[in-house]
Amino acid sequence: MVDATSHPNTLPRPSEELAELEAIWASPRGWRIVTDVNNTVIGLFYTATAVLFFLLAGILALLMRLQLAVPSNTFLSQEAYNQIFTMHGTVMMFLFAVPVVEAMGILLLPQMLGARDLPFPRLGAYAFWAYLVGGLIFFSTLFFDLAPSGGWFMYPPLTSSQFSPGPGADFWLLGIGFIEISAIAGAIEIIVGVLRTRAPGMTLDQMPMFAWTMLIFAGMIVFAFPAVILATLLLELERAFDWPFFIAARGGDALLWQHLFWFFGHPEVYIIFLPAAGMVSMIVPTMCGTPLVGYRLIVVALIATGFFSFGLWVHHMFTTGIPALSLSFFSAASMAVALPSGIQVFAWIATIASGRLRWTTPSLFVLGFLLIFSLGGLTGVMVAMVPFDWQAHDTYFVVAHLHYVLVGGMVFPLFAAFYYWAPAFSRLALSERLGKWIFWLMFAGFNVAFFPMHLTGLMGMPRRVYTYPAVMQWDVLNMISTIGAFLLAAGIAMFLFDTIRSLRPAMSKTAGNIWGAATLEWLPNNVYGLRSIPAVTSAYPLWHHPQLAREIEDGRHFLPGSITGLRETIVTSPFDATPQYLLRLPGPGWTPLFAAVLTAAFFMLLTVKAVVLALICGLLGIAMTVVWMWGTDLKPLPSVDIGANLKLPTYANGSLSHAWWAMIVLLLVAGSLYLSYVFSYLYLWTVSPQVWPRLSALVPIAYPIVSALLLVFGSATLEIARRVLPGRSRGSGAFVGLAGLAAAALTGALVIDVFAQWRAGLRPESDAHGAMVYMAAFLQGQLALAVLAMTGFAIARSFAGRLDRKRRVVFDNLGLLYHYTVGQGLLGLLLVHGFPRLAG
Amino acid sequence: MIRARPFWYLLGVSMLLGGCTSDVQSVMNPSSLQAVQIAEVAWFLFGLGTFVLVLVIVTLLLAIRGPLRIRQAVARESTVIWLGITFPAVTLTVLLVYGVWVTRSHLNLPHGGSTVSIEVVGEQWWWRVMYHAPAGPQIASANEIRVPVGSPVTLKLKAADVIHSFWVPSLGGKVDMIPGRTTQLQLTVDRPGVYRGQCAEYCGGPHALMAMDVIAMSSSDYAAWLQRAAGVPATPETDIGLHGRSIFLAAGCGACHTVRGTAAAGLVGPDLTHIGARRSVGIDTLPLTRENLMRFIVDGQHVKPGNLMPEFRVLQPQQLEALALYLLSLKAAD
Repeated sequence: MVDATSHPNTLPRPSEELAELEAIWASPRGWRIVTDVNNTVIGLFYTATAVLFFLLAGILALLMRLQLAVPSNTFLSQEAYNQIFTMHGTVMMFLFAVPVVEAMGILLLPQMLGARDLPFPRLGAYAFWAYLVGGLIFFSTLFFDLAPSGGWFMYPPLTSSQFSPGPGADFWLLGIGFIEISAIAGAIEIIVGVLRTRAPGMTLDQMPMFAWTMLIFAGMIVFAFPAVILATLLLELERAFDWPFFIAARGGDALLWQHLFWFFGHPEVYIIFLPAAGMVSMIVPTMCGTPLVGYRLIVVALIATGFFSFGLWVHHMFTTGIPALSLSFFSAASMAVALPSGIQVFAWIATIASGRLRWTTPSLFVLGFLLIFSLGGLTGVMVAMVPFDWQAHDTYFVVAHLHYVLVGGMVFPLFAAFYYWAPAFSRLALSERLGKWIFWLMFAGFNVAFFPMHLTGLMGMPRRVYTYPAVMQWDVLNMISTIGAFLLAAGIAMFLFDTIRSLRPAMSKTAGNIWGAATLEWLPNNVYGLRSIPAVTSAYPLWHHPQLAREIEDGRHFLPGSITGLRETIVTSPFDATPQYLLRLPGPGWTPLFAAVLTAAFFMLLTVKAVVLALICGLLGIAMTVVWMWGTDLKPLPSVDIGANLKLPTYANGSLSHAWWAMIVLLLVAGSLYLSYVFSYLYLWTVSPQVWPRLSALVPIAYPIVSALLLVFGSATLEIARRVLPGRSRGSGAFVGLAGLAAAALTGALVIDVFAQWRAGLRPESDAHGAMVYMAAFLQGQLALAVLAMTGFAIARSFAGRLDRKRRVVFDNLGLLYHYTVGQGLLGLLLVHGFPRLAG
Repeated sequence: MIRARPFWYLLGVSMLLGGCTSDVQSVMNPSSLQAVQIAEVAWFLFGLGTFVLVLVIVTLLLAIRGPLRIRQAVARESTVIWLGITFPAVTLTVLLVYGVWVTRSHLNLPHGGSTVSIEVVGEQWWWRVMYHAPAGPQIASANEIRVPVGSPVTLKLKAADVIHSFWVPSLGGKVDMIPGRTTQLQLTVDRPGVYRGQCAEYCGGPHALMAMDVIAMSSSDYAAWLQRAAGVPATPETDIGLHGRSIFLAAGCGACHTVRGTAAAGLVGPDLTHIGARRSVGIDTLPLTRENLMRFIVDGQHVKPGNLMPEFRVLQPQQLEALALYLLSLKAAD
């Protein structure tokens, strides 16, 4: 069907077509640009914000280096230092590393995939604004001496209300929890974008490697982040309401936090590294003028990394006294994960060998990355050796290792990416001359700062110490590290100078393909992406088809204008990228911005215990979301011709719809969260079986049976409601009644369960078992609230004539959420009522 | 057996850093059976790591600048498989087996023979030490752990408040101290000496200052010391000493501290029964002298910011001096 040599559309194009396309996609002017939702605009804002947080956290690092430069220094107080190292790690990991990768994905993916935009532009805008506002508030706690000081991994009991009574820990828990929600929103956007909005014919094995890494990155977020979200929920509930999840005296366990945190925290490292590796896999072929060697091997390596990374979290816990068998298993898994990295390193070297490397700034940063990352990987293998880790763990050796892996593995590729892709988004490229200075300063500075730390660690210096006595003789090495840190900072300062001097972000007439690269983002781009969208038949279309740029500008390929008068993009099938329907996209609007600000306000006000104000903001935020969602699921229009007589529908429901895919991903997030909960429940039982009740103290079995029946009844009722969806008419009594009944059944099941537990005398504060039982209800309650809100929304839309048998994406998604909630509820009943009977 | 010096010369000289290395608290200056074994592992890893790094660098250089024939060989997918999969898989398997073997030998309890068992409790921000003499009372001490040389010692590790981690680099790896759990560490120290250690898990506030000394002594010295330590210090013989004791009791020190043989039986802070025989005050922050004791009592928040003992600024200089002299006199009678 698709063929690169054919031209779907004929010339000349209607004269007003291009002007119309430009008008539809034009960004609002002046300060109203904040209402824009286009991926290029949001992507640039997003990247700039992430760089801002990189600089802020970098300044914190310099303060720490000043404090440690000499022994017994009094430059920073103990408490200031403890807050600063906590914030440095937290901001770098949560406010820089993950967001900047997501930002680059939002900026680059549509261009690279030949889409006009991502499938949920407003969700992307929401994720960005939530991150910006939440991040700035979180960072500013430092200026009020309210910042958390429990370290970036926040181990309880140090972070419990007993040992950290101030609001610092709450800022961390609510602030980071909130920013993770933003990261998940971005991940959903990226998964659906990569799978459903590729150019026609761009099969998965022709997809640019960066898109592969972003897909795996987003997939890993879906499975990893829920574990830490659950952990933050548990700890916040313990702090606020004394539910003893981590308090040993009442059957909790401090190690539960470590398991949950590192189940997130280790994949997190690869979440950060994989997209950076993807960037390298884009840059190396361009700089060598040759295709990537071992494309398929690399894809397998990436998937293997994603997979392994979930099986080695315990290597952060080798010193907690766990048994030898577990130690050996996780040691093996930790070593195995070195294999996929080895494949990638040698594949890049092979690519370099098969072409001729040009000495550009991006090339230098890539070479720097290869050296630094290799050394970091080797020290990683060292700390995977359990006996060595017993010594190196929590020392400066590990500080050196993690910076080699993260700065080498992620920051150097990112700088390569900045220099490489700047011409695609700016009128001027960044300076090659300055770029080389910047590289050498950063490379030398980094190694001078961090290499000596391997030695300071072996000489016995633990991490997170605000000072050390002169007798330890760590002073010379620390002074060298401090000097290196400032060299590195000088390089970054010079980079800032270069950006200010040269970076002129532009939507069109950019510097363009100065490297002779081969992928679609190097075609002449505008805010709407490509003028017309080509059928893709190779992984390097620009090399195989030199006239492509011209033809695309002329409008000879698919969708050369806007057919419906709205922003549009083509939705394609996930594997072969066969065009499926034309997706109409929303334009600028205030709702994502307001909704994000209000959600941020809700979380932050909750932290300072301004409950009433927080609730008002929360409700207003929900109202904003309703306004926003009201405009989704547009009315079906007749099919349209996008060129070559290719007729595409303008509407899709069921599993064809991009919204259905997003809902499935969201449910995977919910499912991971719940599985983390099930793990936590069972884990605490293994630690403290004595607080689990005897059979006689359990709730009579009749209660959970009634709850379960109600849940099943609810699911059936909702399916009947699907049958009676109105045809074209407005509202239908039967539909409203059945949908309402289903929502009531779900709520009823939960209320009965909580009532039965309460009546049996179980209290969440009494012990870990009680806390876990009410936690199940808490998680179920969250979903029940969402179901109630969506049911009300669906009913309102049916009255407004916006929901019928065909136009039913809202109902489809309600159905998915509903049935998932029923499934989770049944599993919860089985666990909470069945497990103690089985174990007792 | 591997000793520290060659390591530092090797790495230190290679970094042009000769002379700036230290053995005060060093992993590479091992003095126990376990630490020696780990240092051997470390040496092996450093050698292997250097070899692999050189391999990567050489391959990379050949890929960039090498002769055409070599570049063509490097560019093959089979090279990626050999260097990126086969070679690391073999190496890592060898490493794993080695690692598992060493791990098991550390965790297995020594066969036969009575081992010395000492309980150490991590507290914000000091170490409570409890000796269980075979027959006789429990002996409490703080921030100083005495062990016999040459016989296996089992440390039972607990935490009173938050997570701490017990780490004396020259004697072995670290083990976390976790509330609600008891973990343990086996050590067989191979020569007498004083080995410094410090808390390795961030525990808030003055975590950086939570240090300790392990003092290894010959078995006979250890037995003799244990016997002395079980005793009660003699009543002060001087007037000023008696005055100091009355101040100690009147100022309420006994609410937190114990001095066996007196009314002071507090359990919150370190046991002071034999403080006069210890090496330092304020957990290793100051050597034990009369002046430093006085300083710690009135100005403890400067010596060790964040520590939980209030400053006793109400005491007059003479009272303070008497108190310090009394504390210095608290030693086992020989």
